Amino acid sequence: MDILQLLVSGVANGCIYGLLALGFVLIYKASEAVNFAQGDMMMLGAFLGITFINAEYADLPFLIGITLAALILGVFGYLLDRLVLRAIFGQPQFAMVILTIALGFLMRFAAGVIWGHDPASLQTPFVGKVWEFGDLIIPVVDAVIIVTTVALTSILYFFFARTRLGVAMQASSQNQMAAYYMGIPVKRINAIVWALSGVVAAIAGVMFAAKGAVEPSVGLLFGIKAFAAAVIGGLGSLPGALLGGLLVGIVEPFAGRYLPSGVGQIAPYVLMLLVLILRPGGLFAQISQKKV
Amino acid sequence: MSNAAEKTQSAQPLLQVKNLEAFYGPVMALRGVSIDVHEGSVVTILGANGAGKTTLMKTISGALAPRKGSVTLAGETIDGSEPDKLVRKGIAHVPEGREVFPFLSVEENLVMGAYIRRDKAAVRQDIEMVYDYFPILKDRRSQAAGTLSGGQQQMLAIGRGLMSRPSLMLLDEPSLGLSPLLVQEIFQIIRRLNKEQGVTLLLVEQNAQVALNTADHGYVLETGRIVMDGTAEDLLASDDIREFYLGQSAGDDRPEKRWKRKKTWR
Repeated sequence: MDILQLLVSGVANGCIYGLLALGFVLIYKASEAVNFAQGDMMMLGAFLGITFINAEYADLPFLIGITLAALILGVFGYLLDRLVLRAIFGQPQFAMVILTIALGFLMRFAAGVIWGHDPASLQTPFVGKVWEFGDLIIPVVDAVIIVTTVALTSILYFFFARTRLGVAMQASSQNQMAAYYMGIPVKRINAIVWALSGVVAAIAGVMFAAKGAVEPSVGLLFGIKAFAAAVIGGLGSLPGALLGGLLVGIVEPFAGRYLPSGVGQIAPYVLMLLVLILRPGGLFAQISQKKV
Repeated sequence: MSNAAEKTQSAQPLLQVKNLEAFYGPVMALRGVSIDVHEGSVVTILGANGAGKTTLMKTISGALAPRKGSVTLAGETIDGSEPDKLVRKGIAHVPEGREVFPFLSVEENLVMGAYIRRDKAAVRQDIEMVYDYFPILKDRRSQAAGTLSGGQQQMLAIGRGLMSRPSLMLLDEPSLGLSPLLVQEIFQIIRRLNKEQGVTLLLVEQNAQVALNTADHGYVLETGRIVMDGTAEDLLASDDIREFYLGQSAGDDRPEKRWKRKKTWR
């Protein structure tokens, strides 16, 4: 029963890692670069959620609050690409890495100024509620996180596989020049991908805030773990990102429970190293087949 | 020039390139290139590696901006426009090296070729039309394009180019890396596309024999300049082309003296 209990909390945590890893994969697919501000965008989403939903601020219903947070961060992602990242369009990917790291610093600083540095958490309708199945206790918030993640991933999967815009996004990530020749507006599609990753980051952030405390620097460590999750899944694969997130989420509590103290914190990276040694392209390797 | 009369007698060319100059960084890749492509014709540009063929294609389709000169399509100036605008004006660029979308299926690749179109039913019909020309693609319709052979990828790239219903198609080295048999097959289909679909073709090739057999008119590009042009028959018969592009002896030269022959345009 102990194992099952750990598994539930691991899966719920893993879903948040997975959502964040989805954001990494989206950006990576669109521009072949890693957005190291992804965790900080999640943090902004968490604070926006708190601002809209908590009683001491706007006190809006949960669903409206999460929708508003997602919309705002979506627009934020879109503008980030249009106004900041487009300026380095065509530069080496290294430039983008440095730029996103810098943007992360800015976001942490801005969040500290706006919301302060004290840990805050989200007041949800289901706070503290649990379902009991014999000895097994499932917090409702964990169930909400799992269901939301499954739904969001399914929607994204359908969007990329079936819709014209989704397929065009895949096309322009696979061969930007050819997409350009087909009349696909590659730059606008890049901006839409950034908007999408903003929406995903906001939803991940609200889920995160529903489960634990948020402060401005929370996105840094969490983002790096989610990046490890994306690498485990094979940077570039949406189902891989979710699986990587789940693995990281599950490994953490088990290593913390059964192994010497401190191991739990490095377990995600050990897992990433193992995957990179055994399957260098990640579990759902797509990159390795790509011809240069 | 031999075709001066031909030029003046026909109406305005579909594509007209005038004194085009383009640079790759500090390197001048095109040094004042002028070509005319008349509607319904197949025009080929011959040249060795580094002659500027691909640069010319990229400049016409908008991927490169020219430094000087002009490009007009059906009388409208198009130089400096971006490729995604030019597709909507009727130019399809089938790039060198096929450049399919490797993880999309064959059919998704074709659908992406029709990205600018909204008429779903007609797009469906055109996919079937492409399958008629290239039946192998129909067999492989749900396979990832990256797993196709080189020849099949070339067929897919051409089919994908057709999907935007272009009035002018730029074909960059369709014979690259293909077996002679496949080259024959693909060029037969290219000829049919020109005849049956009325697509005007501008064809860049190193394989001069097959290109001149397909084309109506040809230009020879060397180090960024057009050094010769004429009808395909004239070019095929020309001593220079026979010697330097087709690898045939010009006839009366004794074999040991052949290396001394100079191109007459120098």
